[in-house]
Amino acid sequence: MNKISRRRFIQWLGTASALGALGAPSLAFPKTGARIVIVGGGFGGATCANYLKRFDPSLDVTLIESHKQFYTCPFSNAVLGGLYDMDFIRHDYDKLQSKHRVKVIQDYASTIDPDKQTVHTTAGRTLSYDRLVLSPGIDFLWNAIEGYDPAASLIMPHAWKAGSQTRLLLKQLHEMPNGGVVVIAPPANPFRCPPGPYERASMIAHYLKQHKPRSKVLILDAKDKFSKQALFQDAWDEFYPDHIEWVPGSQGGIVTAVDPKHMTVTADEEKIKAAVANIIPPQKAGDVAYRAGLTNDKGWCPVNQKTFESTIYKNVHIIGDASIAGKMPKSGFSASSQGKVCAAEIVAALRGDTIGTSSWVNTCYSLITPDYGISVAAVYRLGDKGIVGVEGAGGVGPRDAPLTTRQMEAVYAEGWYRAITADIFG
Amino acid sequence: MKQQSWITLAVLVATTQLILPGTVFATDYRPAMLATPCAGCHGPDGDSPGSIPSLTGLSTDDIISSMKAFKTDQRKGTVMNRIAKGYSDEEIDLMASYFSRKP
Repeated sequence: MNKISRRRFIQWLGTASALGALGAPSLAFPKTGARIVIVGGGFGGATCANYLKRFDPSLDVTLIESHKQFYTCPFSNAVLGGLYDMDFIRHDYDKLQSKHRVKVIQDYASTIDPDKQTVHTTAGRTLSYDRLVLSPGIDFLWNAIEGYDPAASLIMPHAWKAGSQTRLLLKQLHEMPNGGVVVIAPPANPFRCPPGPYERASMIAHYLKQHKPRSKVLILDAKDKFSKQALFQDAWDEFYPDHIEWVPGSQGGIVTAVDPKHMTVTADEEKIKAAVANIIPPQKAGDVAYRAGLTNDKGWCPVNQKTFESTIYKNVHIIGDASIAGKMPKSGFSASSQGKVCAAEIVAALRGDTIGTSSWVNTCYSLITPDYGISVAAVYRLGDKGIVGVEGAGGVGPRDAPLTTRQMEAVYAEGWYRAITADIFG
Repeated sequence: MKQQSWITLAVLVATTQLILPGTVFATDYRPAMLATPCAGCHGPDGDSPGSIPSLTGLSTDDIISSMKAFKTDQRKGTVMNRIAKGYSDEEIDLMASYFSRKP
């Protein structure tokens, strides 16, 4: 006759009593042991890997990332401003492996077979999955601006993926002459990090004001308005009246062509000579998503905005910049928040549960000077037509806030960076 | 305890699960869903490595009263006034319960 051993019963009772809280120690019940493959180790993918293991330690989680180390776009502008060095924005996957028990493979996911549920890599690996999470970030629409191709980006860096491009732009800023013009050309919406080009203008102006005071930043914008605009422009009037000029799209700001050989940028049929040209081209979902047939005609990935499962293929989730996530901006914080929700949704689905509440947050700081920061925040919920901000909550900081608030937000900007990177990679 | 008693207990627990599905044994995902985004500024499990205040060490009541004070602007913060307005009082209780369970 079968006997229930005391030990086994205690194990079972212990598991059962640990229920009630996702993320509480030893929650995992029932343990599914499912195989989850994640492609892309940035804010979205690394968070999702980490939180999948927190929610259900029995999961077999493999993260495929082509880089050994990850340089964050957040705070790369502060590196350009001379506030930090490149080491500050560099992270590795050691703790994700040793502490969180995620398998990290340095490889490139080249093709996906959604029918066989396999991922193939350039190194020749084939990985089977029960669920696949893609967090491929962005790729660029080369030649959307005439002459701006991968070769041109080595002369006129986009620096919209951090790392070697950030280093290149930094080097060019250091080597340019006093009196030269730094052109920044932000794209039309949607694109990664909506306030990013304007923080970059601020941080470069901060550098120029100290080291090349006769130089200035010329923003040739494809748009007529931008994120946190009033707060940026108030601060520019105060700190950089001679060092930043913004030209909106309707007033000749739209860049149509570049000539890297002669370092000219064409806007409104006028050729502008640049000492440094930071061209941020229009974007689309990361290449792997496109090749897997997961994108729409605009180049982004439609998903069920509750679960982030692709509307095109089952058991494939897309998070972060590549996904169409309702009103959420394409930001690192958004991607990380989506990574957590996606992890919970996957764990629940594997258990046959459904999650009633869906909630996301985005908080984004921009530095204008080392001691002057501004922010935008929002809490997001699922509405009838997708993810929307909670009415009456969120928004940018008040325009008439005292200087102490701006100083606090500069301090909190760094606090945010240290916290989110510890949460993801720590 | 004797074998017989273990079996009785097992049956009892199993029966409870049948009687009260979704209450005793179902996972309540709401606290995690609401509270995990907090780590994006306050650090892993609310343990901040930088200038933003930690949530660890705060009691459940501390978290609830702070969130409600931010929500009603009785306490002046920076982003927290804008964020706290995104949650109902019940949700604030659930979030606080998530952090109180953390070691």
